[in-house]
Formats: sequence, C-alpha cells, structure tokens
Amino acid sequence: MKWFDVIFPPRKLVLDSGKTVLCRRSRVPFIVLAVLGGVILSIEVTDFNLRMLIDRGHNFFNIIGQMLPPNWNHLSDVWDPLIDTIKMSFFGSVLGAAVSVPAAVLASSTIIRNRIITAAAKSLLSVIRTLPALVTALVATFIFGLGTLAGTAAISLFTAAYVGKLLYEQIENCDMRPFEAMESLGMSKLQAFRFAVIPQVLPVYLSTSLFCFEGNVRHAAILGYVGAGGIGLILKEGLAWRSYANVGMILLMLIITVYLIETVSEHFRKKLI
Amino acid sequence: MDAIEKQLEAKPSRIRYLSLICGIFLILLTWSVSAVSAGEVNAKAWTIAWNIVKGIFTPDLSLLFDWTSTGILYLLVETIAIAFLGTMLGAVIAIPLAFLSASSIVSSPAASITRLLLIFIRTIPELVYGLMFIRVTGPGAFAGVLTIAIGSIGMLAKLYVDAIENLDTKVFESMTSLGCTMFEKIRFGLLPQLSAIFLSIVVYRFDMNLRDASVLGLVGAGGIGAPLLFAMDSYRWPQVGSILIGLMVLILVIELFSSNVRAKLVNG
Repeated sequence: MKWFDVIFPPRKLVLDSGKTVLCRRSRVPFIVLAVLGGVILSIEVTDFNLRMLIDRGHNFFNIIGQMLPPNWNHLSDVWDPLIDTIKMSFFGSVLGAAVSVPAAVLASSTIIRNRIITAAAKSLLSVIRTLPALVTALVATFIFGLGTLAGTAAISLFTAAYVGKLLYEQIENCDMRPFEAMESLGMSKLQAFRFAVIPQVLPVYLSTSLFCFEGNVRHAAILGYVGAGGIGLILKEGLAWRSYANVGMILLMLIITVYLIETVSEHFRKKLI
Repeated sequence: MDAIEKQLEAKPSRIRYLSLICGIFLILLTWSVSAVSAGEVNAKAWTIAWNIVKGIFTPDLSLLFDWTSTGILYLLVETIAIAFLGTMLGAVIAIPLAFLSASSIVSSPAASITRLLLIFIRTIPELVYGLMFIRVTGPGAFAGVLTIAIGSIGMLAKLYVDAIENLDTKVFESMTSLGCTMFEKIRFGLLPQLSAIFLSIVVYRFDMNLRDASVLGLVGAGGIGAPLLFAMDSYRWPQVGSILIGLMVLILVIELFSSNVRAKLVNG
C-alpha cells in the first residue's frame, strides 16, 4: 500500500541519537470505517430489522422448545435415510479422492512440464470448487434423477476439486530431487512418481481426504433437500409439516453420527501427521 | 547379511495393522456401493446434461448485465450483503462463547458444557436454521443474515478457542509485575496477540459464508439461490448458465481477496 503513505505521509521521529525514523500512519481507522460502511450498506440491502428480531425472536426458541424432547418413535424412520447419507458421503468421498489424484498430477507444474495442461487443470479444479455442493446436487438430480446417485455425484465432484487442489499444492511443494535422481537412473516417470513423490504426499493426502469426508457427512445431510437422497429428505418433510419433535430426533441422530465420525477420523488424522 | 539389511528387517512390522485398516476400508466401500446403484438414471439424462453445458456456454447476457433489482448483479450484491452482515454478527457472538469454552480461562466443566453446545450449533445444517428463521422473520434476506450468523458461530468459536488457548500468558505476568492496569493489559497484552488471528479466521469464514449464502435462497432466505432454483425448474438453461457464471466469478474474486488479506494478516 504505497499510495497510502503518499496521501498520509509517515510521521518522522527524531531519536536521542539524532537518527530519524519513519513511523507509518495507522491504517486501522480506515479499515474500521470501511467495515462500518459495509455493515450499514448490508443493513440497507438485507432489510435488517432489530425491532422485528426483538419482537419475534422468541419464535425461534419456541421451535427449539418444540424439538425437545425429540420424538423417539420417529427413530425407526430416521435409520434408513441416515445410513443412506453415510453411504453417500463415504462412497462419494472415496470416489472423489481417487479422481483427484490424476487431476492433481495434471495440475502440478513440477511433474507435467506443459504450461497449458497445468493451467487448464488448475482452473478447472478451482471452477468446480466454487460450485456449492447443493447446486451441484440440484444439477445432478436433473441428470441422474432423484436419489442417492445424484448426491454421490455431487459429493465426489466437490471432493475431487477440494482434495485435488490441496494435493497439487502438496506435490508442487515436495522435494523433487529424488524424482530427478530416479529418472536419471532410468526409471519411468510413473515409477519415479511411485517411489519419490507418493511417499512424501501420502500422509497429507489421506488426512485431507479424511477431513473432507468429515465435512461431506455434514453436506450430505442437506443434499436430500433438493431430492438427492439421504436424511435431508425427511428433514424437509418434518420442517414442512412443522412436526418439530421429529425434526429434533433427526437432528439428534445427525449430531451423534457426525460426532462419532469426526472422532474416529480425527484419531486417524492425528496418527497420519 | 550385512548391517543395513539387518536394520531393514528389524523395522517393526505394521502389516497386520495396515491390512486390518484396509480390510475395514474395503468392507465399508462395498457396503456403500449401493448408494450408486440405488438411483435410476433418467433416459433423457444426456440431453439434459448437454443442455446444461450449452446453457453455461451461451449465457443469458441481458440477465447478466441487468442493473435492476431482478438482475444478477443486484442478487450478487444481496448475497454478499447477507454473508457480510451474517459474518459480522456471528464473529461478535462467537467471542464470548469462545472465551467460555477455553479451558485455560473457565473451569473445565463449564468449558465442556459450552463446547457441547457449540458442537450442537455447528452440526445442525444451515438450511435448517434458514427454515426456522423464516418462521421468525418471514422469507427474505433478513432470515438469511440470521441464518449465516448462527451457522458461523460454531466454527468461529472453535477456531477462536485454539487462538485463546495458545495465548502467551507470560506477557500478562510481566505486565502485572510492571503495574499495568487491567485495561492496559487487555489493550497491549491481549489485543495484539488475538486481533490478527481472529481477523484472519473471520475473513476465512466470510469466504465460506458466501458459498452458504448463495444456496440459502433455495429455502427462501434471500440471495441468488431462489432465481437459480426457479430457472432450473422451468428448464431455462441460459439463465441458469448466467447465474452460475456470476456465482463462480463472485466466489473466485472473494477467494482471491480473502487469501490475500489472510496472507497479509498472518505475515504482519
């Protein structure tokens, strides 16, 4: 921010030793002003209304109150969609993580020397990553029909883009000297990749995939909302019919599942790194 | 057999552990395959897929550069506003919760209760909050702001806690020994340690919230999601294409901005 120092010249301080040092002006007031301006503008655009929040905010807690205690009889209906959700996110994550490997290799400039291929692969990965999973799932339901297949497709697409990005960064940052040494010994590129690059990136790759899987369980829970299978379907039903006790049961099961999966996955991620 | 080979063979064998893990993994994989076979592929699938691709490459340009309140630019501004205000609210609400769940500040039972609460808040999908807030405020961007705010406090507080627990307490001890007042301790001991980390967490979450805000429209909570849903339901693929392009550009720009700001914050 050179221009800032031109408009607001830095203060000159003379030290006891006779030296002058420059003390740059603080940027904090301007950042605070900009954020305040943003907040005011956002309040205008979104019709933020504190009065309404105070007047009607208790409705939110009323709904939570109706969720407690959860309707235990609903448990038998929750079971199947929940299993579907886990299956979707597991298979989608594995598929996506598998697809991400060739994509990441194509995108890493240290292995593929062709600038055009790496740039194309990189931009494809980042474009796919921008699409929210719910939107991909919505598109997928038009192609694959309603059901878990659409959800699996959406999850694997997102996983491939997410893991792929982190993986190519990892490959580009890893030590390429063993790779070169093996190539110079007469190994093929594939063999050199297997013995020089994979051992370096494997732990991070596995832990990224596990981390992505954790998040995917959460994402998969809402995909049913657009018809892509899983627990979101009954969640939508329960909310639409205002049977909040059922919703409470679904959410409770979801929280327990996500917590268990996170604990197991965290255990393995700590072991990997 | 020379020394090197001996050393190699002395390496503890992990083959049983690894094969057990692989076995479990394969069992889970075969178990979950049914997620793929369960769906029935629509006969017209490829025509629809082709239409979507065609729509993305021939977007509805008049909609993309429409400056009125139904145009994409306005919807994108609304989405940004929802994400921004929601992030600000969430960032403020998360601060006390984070301090309450830091085991270095409050007693450990209190900390674990707050943590449990945070896990609950974090796991409930945002769309559920969205549907609940619509019952409070009616459909619109306001519900979206509240949804984003509640949806982000779980993760924000979790990341704040890490920063709080890594606080260098020696600074406070030395300030106390110098006779600093409480205010001075907070201003010169606490704030400089936390502000940069907290800000970078908030900017990171803003980036994520923007994605979340872009789908909130699906439940009627404002932003660009609702027009996307309508355009898809009526098979207007060029409009879908232009909305998706707008969304992609917005998210890429914000991602670039967020990673730049965070790099500046972390490197000082």
